[in-house]
Amino acid sequence: MSGSSMGLDRRLAVSALLRDRGNLLVVSGLGSPTYDTFAAGDHAANFYLWGAMGGAALMGLGLATAQPGRPVAVITGDGEQLMGLGGLATIAVSKPRNLSIVVLDNGSYGETGGQASHSGLGVDLGEVARATRFPVVIDVADAAGLETARTAIGSITTGPSFVRVRIGIGAKPRVLPARDGVWIKHRFRAHLGCSAS
Amino acid sequence: MTAVQGSEPAVSADAQSPWARIIYDVLIEAGIRQATYVPDAGHARLIDLLQANPEIRTIVLTTEEEGVAIAAGAWAGGQRAVLLMQSSGVGNCINMLSLIANCRMPFLTVVTMRGEFAEFNPWQVPMGRATEQALQMMGVQTIRIDRLDDLAALMASAATMAFESDQAVAVILSQRMLGRKQWVGK
Repeated sequence: MSGSSMGLDRRLAVSALLRDRGNLLVVSGLGSPTYDTFAAGDHAANFYLWGAMGGAALMGLGLATAQPGRPVAVITGDGEQLMGLGGLATIAVSKPRNLSIVVLDNGSYGETGGQASHSGLGVDLGEVARATRFPVVIDVADAAGLETARTAIGSITTGPSFVRVRIGIGAKPRVLPARDGVWIKHRFRAHLGCSAS
Repeated sequence: MTAVQGSEPAVSADAQSPWARIIYDVLIEAGIRQATYVPDAGHARLIDLLQANPEIRTIVLTTEEEGVAIAAGAWAGGQRAVLLMQSSGVGNCINMLSLIANCRMPFLTVVTMRGEFAEFNPWQVPMGRATEQALQMMGVQTIRIDRLDDLAALMASAATMAFESDQAVAVILSQRMLGRKQWVGK
């Protein structure tokens, strides 16, 4: 599996991570990770974010805390995660065993013109996660790494896991999921058997 | 009447922060399962009460907007959350509150005020002055508590508005009611 430049193809990587997803719950961070998650197959257990930058991992924490019996994966980008670096510390000390934070890392802000992110300028997000004491930190650069990460994401006993996926730079065809937050919320909660108020 | 230094009975934590037990009882009654906070002296007693309850998951934050996102995730997963913060933290929450607004998520926060009454620290004043307006601008209803007698009824109303009517509600505890800052520790 190869990307457009160096790094994995983001669409193929996300599809591989979500293959046979079982009872996985997913929160996707704004921008391309939301499109990638949708492109891998729409699902009622996907909560697509179109904003709230810096909040995807924390939304995953609240969700994982509420649903300890189901694995929860946050799929986001390096820029989105950089806006909430402190959140990695909050997750690490809260120790949700069923939560994984997957950062699709191309070291740049793809939505806004490809400006270099802090990751692209040398900050190692995996080392940040390790420093906050995430018990599992996986650096994915190939198909074998994706398979290792897929196993970690499906676990409800070994997390929190931090997965950095090295993806290539370059836009993909826009595939846009629903933008209406209320609809996404109701669909997601109905999937979990929660009633609308 | 004279008292020998050091022989006074210890003032109970509930007597020092009588609002804490009232808020706690409402939160339990409302079925809150996740409580997030940035440590704050005014909330110290309430945080202790929540941490002592094994049914409640308390989560310490590095910054208050994390608690907004956690509340959204909790609700998505079928649980109710509360965010405890000081007025200065409200400013940190602004953009994250768009998550609450866009998804019409129930949202309940309890805000201890600084910068409005007998304040000794001028750095607390600008955000204290802007606290309620900032919340309102982002669609959060504010319910101000100036008298302890009002707290139980208004706090219970806020919880109902949040979780039964899908509203974003902030209960604002006035600094006058909380009293002058009590230095915690030595």
